[in-house]
Amino acid sequence: MRYIYYPGCSAGGTGKAYDESIVEVFKALNIEMEELKDWNCCGATAYMAVDEAKAFALAARNLAIAEDQYPADEEIHIVAPCSACYLGLLKAKHYTESDPKIGGKIKKALAAADLEYKGKCQVRNPLDVFAHDFGLDKLKAMTKKPLEGLKVASYYGCQIVRPYSEFEERATPVTMDNILKAMGATPVDWSCKTRCCGGMLTWSTGAGKELNYILLKEAEKAGADVIATACPLCNFNLECFQDKIKAKYGMKKEMPVAYYTQLMGLALGLDEKALGMGRLFVPPKIPVKV
Amino acid sequence: MQNAQERPVLDQAELDPEFPRRMTRKAWGENLRRCIQCGNCTGTCPLSEYMDLGPRKIISMVRSGNKTDVLKCDTIWLCASCYECTVECPKEIKITDVMYALKQQALDAGHTPRSMPLPVLDREFFNIVMKLGRSQETWLMALVILKTNWLRGLDLAPMGLKLFAQGRLSLLPDPIKVGTGKKGDLKTIMDACDRLDKEEEKEAGVSSH
Repeated sequence: MRYIYYPGCSAGGTGKAYDESIVEVFKALNIEMEELKDWNCCGATAYMAVDEAKAFALAARNLAIAEDQYPADEEIHIVAPCSACYLGLLKAKHYTESDPKIGGKIKKALAAADLEYKGKCQVRNPLDVFAHDFGLDKLKAMTKKPLEGLKVASYYGCQIVRPYSEFEERATPVTMDNILKAMGATPVDWSCKTRCCGGMLTWSTGAGKELNYILLKEAEKAGADVIATACPLCNFNLECFQDKIKAKYGMKKEMPVAYYTQLMGLALGLDEKALGMGRLFVPPKIPVKV
Repeated sequence: MQNAQERPVLDQAELDPEFPRRMTRKAWGENLRRCIQCGNCTGTCPLSEYMDLGPRKIISMVRSGNKTDVLKCDTIWLCASCYECTVECPKEIKITDVMYALKQQALDAGHTPRSMPLPVLDREFFNIVMKLGRSQETWLMALVILKTNWLRGLDLAPMGLKLFAQGRLSLLPDPIKVGTGKKGDLKTIMDACDRLDKEEEKEAGVSSH
C-alpha cells in the first residue's frame, strides 16, 4: 500500500501551515508519503458551477494519472487534506464508478489523453489515516508533549463528512476529537462540528461572516481554548475574518484557530516554525496553564 | 423578492417546459420528479434564512418550468455546497448538484446578480485552472476584486499585507504543463469534454423531437 499526497492549490498559499504540518507529522510518525506528480486542481466548488463534465474530468484526471504512475498491482491511497479536494476527488470517483452516464463520459474524456480510469485509487482524508490506519494507541505512545489542559473545539466542517465520507458519522464525527484526546487534549462538547463556515461566501457576504460568528461564539461558550480545523478554507474564514467579525458582533475575546495537524505536531514535540505556527492570525497559546 | 403567495400568476406561455426536461435529463436529475416539498432542504440549509427563495421553492419552480425567476434569484449563489440538504433529502434528490446545474445555466444565460462577486469568481477560477492546471489564489482574488468592486480591495488590503508577511500569498504560479497533447494532457481531456457535451446535446435534441 502506498500513500500519495495530493496537496491541493491552497497548500502553496493561504493554507501553507496545513501543508507544512501534515508533511512534518507524517514524517514524525514514519508514515511514508510522496506527492503526486503533475497533479491538477480538484475543481473545488467553483468548477462545478461552470461546467459539470469538465469539473468531473478535472478531478478524475488526478486519480487516473496516479494509477498510471504506479505499478498496477499496488494499492494506492490518495491523501487529500483539504476538504474541497477530498470531496471533489471522492465525488468524481463516486460518479465515475456508479453512474454509467457521467462515468462513461469521464472515461471517454480521459481516454482522449490516453488515460484509463480503473478505479484503483482510494481517496483518503488524513484524519482517517491517523485514526484508523496508524491508530490512536500508537499516537498516544508517540506523544512527547501531551496537550494537557488544552480545550479543543474540533471543527470538521461540511465536506469531510458529507455526502461521501466512508469513515465518519455525518452528524456526529469523532476522529479529530479522538486523535487530539489521545495526544492529551480535552475535546469540548459543542454542536457546531459540522456546521458550514460559509465557504467562499464568507469574504463576499455578510451571511458568510455571520455563520463564522456563530462558530466562534459557540466555541467560546463551550469553553474552548482553540478551534481545531481540517480545511484551509474553514481555517482561513475563522482566523482571517475574525477581527471584522469581532467588531461587527461585539465579541470581546479572540478565539484562537489552528489546524489539528499543527496541534498534533506540537504534541509530537516538533518545531513550532516547521509546523507553520507563525502563519496563523490567531495562534493558540501553548503551553496551556492548567 | 415577494413571497410565493404574492407572486403574480404566470401564463403558461411564460413557463419553459424544456427547463425541467433538461434538468431531469441530468444523470442525477430523475429524482427531481419525486420531490414531496417536505422542506427538509430549506430547514437544514444554514444559509436559507439569507436566501430569497430557498431550495424547496427552487425545486418546485424548476419543475413548473419557471426558468426566468429561478435563474435570476440569489438563492443559487448563496449555496455554499455544504451538502446538508443532499444528505437530508428523504427522496434522495442531490440538491447541491441541482444548485450547481442552475449556476451553470445562470452563467450561460448571463443572469448573475450584480451585487454578488461569486459568479465572477467561479468564471475566473475556471479560466485560471484551464490555463495553469492549478488555481492561483492571489491572482484569482485580485482579478475578482478588479472585476467587481475594487473598493472591496481596499477593505481587504490589511489582511492581504498580513498574509504576505506570513508568507501565505503566493505571487508566482505553480503550474503544470497544459496543452502538450501528450499522454494525460489536461487540455486534451477538457477539449474532449466539450466534444462529448455537444454529442450529448445533439442526441437529446434528436430524441425529444
